Amino acid sequence: MATPAAPVHASAAASQTTVLPRRERRGLVKFMRNRAAVFGAALVLLIVVMAVFAPWLSHYDPVQASFMTVRQAPSAAHWFGTDELGRDVLSRLLWGARASLLAGVVSVCIAVAIGVPLGLLAGYFGKLVDGVISRIADALLSIPFLILAIALAAFLGPSLTNAMAAIGISAMPRFVRLTRGQAITVKAEDYVEGARAIGLGHARIIVRYILPNVLPPIIVQASLTIATAIIAEASLSFLGLGQLPPSPSWGSMLNTAKDFVSQAPWMSIFPGIAIFLAVLGFNLLGDGLRDALDPRES
Amino acid sequence: MLRIIANRVLVAIPTLILVSMLIFGLQKLLPGDPVTAMAGEDQDPQLIASLRVKYHLDEPVPTQYALWVRDVVRGDLGASLRTDVPVTSLIAQKLPVTLQLAAMAMIFAIGIGIPAGVISAASRGGALDYGANVFALSGMSIPNFWLGIMLIFIVSVRWHLLPSSGYVSPTEDFWLSIKTMLMPAFVLGASLGAQLMRHTRSAMLSVLRTDYIRTARAKGLLRGTVVVKHAFRNALVPIVTVLALLFGELLAGAVLTEQVFTIPGFGKLIVDAVFNRDYAVVQGVVLVTALCFIVVNLCADVLYVLLNPRLRRS
Repeated sequence: MATPAAPVHASAAASQTTVLPRRERRGLVKFMRNRAAVFGAALVLLIVVMAVFAPWLSHYDPVQASFMTVRQAPSAAHWFGTDELGRDVLSRLLWGARASLLAGVVSVCIAVAIGVPLGLLAGYFGKLVDGVISRIADALLSIPFLILAIALAAFLGPSLTNAMAAIGISAMPRFVRLTRGQAITVKAEDYVEGARAIGLGHARIIVRYILPNVLPPIIVQASLTIATAIIAEASLSFLGLGQLPPSPSWGSMLNTAKDFVSQAPWMSIFPGIAIFLAVLGFNLLGDGLRDALDPRES
Repeated sequence: MLRIIANRVLVAIPTLILVSMLIFGLQKLLPGDPVTAMAGEDQDPQLIASLRVKYHLDEPVPTQYALWVRDVVRGDLGASLRTDVPVTSLIAQKLPVTLQLAAMAMIFAIGIGIPAGVISAASRGGALDYGANVFALSGMSIPNFWLGIMLIFIVSVRWHLLPSSGYVSPTEDFWLSIKTMLMPAFVLGASLGAQLMRHTRSAMLSVLRTDYIRTARAKGLLRGTVVVKHAFRNALVPIVTVLALLFGELLAGAVLTEQVFTIPGFGKLIVDAVFNRDYAVVQGVVLVTALCFIVVNLCADVLYVLLNPRLRRS
């Protein structure tokens, strides 16, 4: 009885290996045809290039004050002008991309690293495990994202690391809810029932069968949450709870710039545009990925 | 219907308990011993011991939590560590300012978001739809504190049209109060309007695809009548839920807006408390915010049941 089953299993596996890349290719083609998504990806790439190559792209020290060049308007020497301490705004903007990108990516990694396993456990085991995890997620969700991040950053102390931890913890329940919902749907599929029937352990079923199938919406949510996290980091730095001076961050640059808006508007204009473009990039990328990976959502 | 409402209320209770635990636990994140910090430079052992008794810090943590909850239920959120003013009085003093800002921001959000969403869905794929989507995406991507700074620069500094900061109570001078709040309310309402536009568009599109809309069109009804009278009414149900969810963002956005425009509201209270290391005020503000959010969501759930005939009949 076992012999005929083997070819069926093998052919199913073979068909799966041929279908999956085609589906991925179709998703990629769909993504590439979406002009807004490609524009978003280009913006994200630009921010990554700015962050990675900041030491080579910037012509001035982003921290060193120069009292000979205080609040100079944009010119050939300083394309985006200088700030209240004579520092080159463009150089600070390039270095500030590091803080923003780091905050966006690290805080989402924290949220995913805690939220996805909890969501998988809640969705897979249900009952009491689900009840406890879901109530904790509900409790965290009932405190508005930024207020929770402010409270956590306040109690942990102001620093970029603590801001990233605060944003990550505040964003975590979104991933718990999303993963839980997806896991509930996937665990009812035949192949999960089959895996259970052949005696595979819970951990193996979760990691090998459920996790890969809940990943696409998580990837989409992650890219959209990076946008939220960048704004949250800028907001916390603007309030003085994120990156501390003199280290550059777009939010802290705006915090100082607001006091000089009438004398040196360029100090406010460029960091704001940088935040806008970074957030727009991740929002467009997230929307494009959603359309490409999940046709039901488009 | 009553069972559904009772069920929603029952679910909110454990959430409330967990929120209270979380907010109580925040003070445990503080590095070091708060009592030694309060005792000042002298570090008098007798003073430290008396402070420990005063703040129940000599009790086990579960007892401390129980005592804190007892006080909160009685309406006692403690006193400001800096000014000794009761936290409830501070909140009662600042909340009306934020509520005025929130109400005006909601008017902007609803006034921009809902019509834009309806028009966008009705002209799907057209220039208006494209324009509305660009507006929504831009509104969601522009940090509201930057928008505030830019508007201060253009509208107040350059054009001298509106005051750049401050607050005037409506009881003091109604029109000046409205004038002062106009810019902050727009800043706060714009991003909410953008999100509301997206949700309205999505809700409208799913309704416009239904059979009864097709039937209404086949009957020869005017396009405007179908969109407004038939589709929009049914799309309102999910929009109400979204509005409740946006309430949280409204409170969070108010923190930044009040900071930019120097409005002495609820948001500025929490930021000032953070910098004065006035943790009792931070805890109180977070607790009241969470309570408001839970209550608003509960009301939205009840309204959802009331607005949805299928749920109402069940």
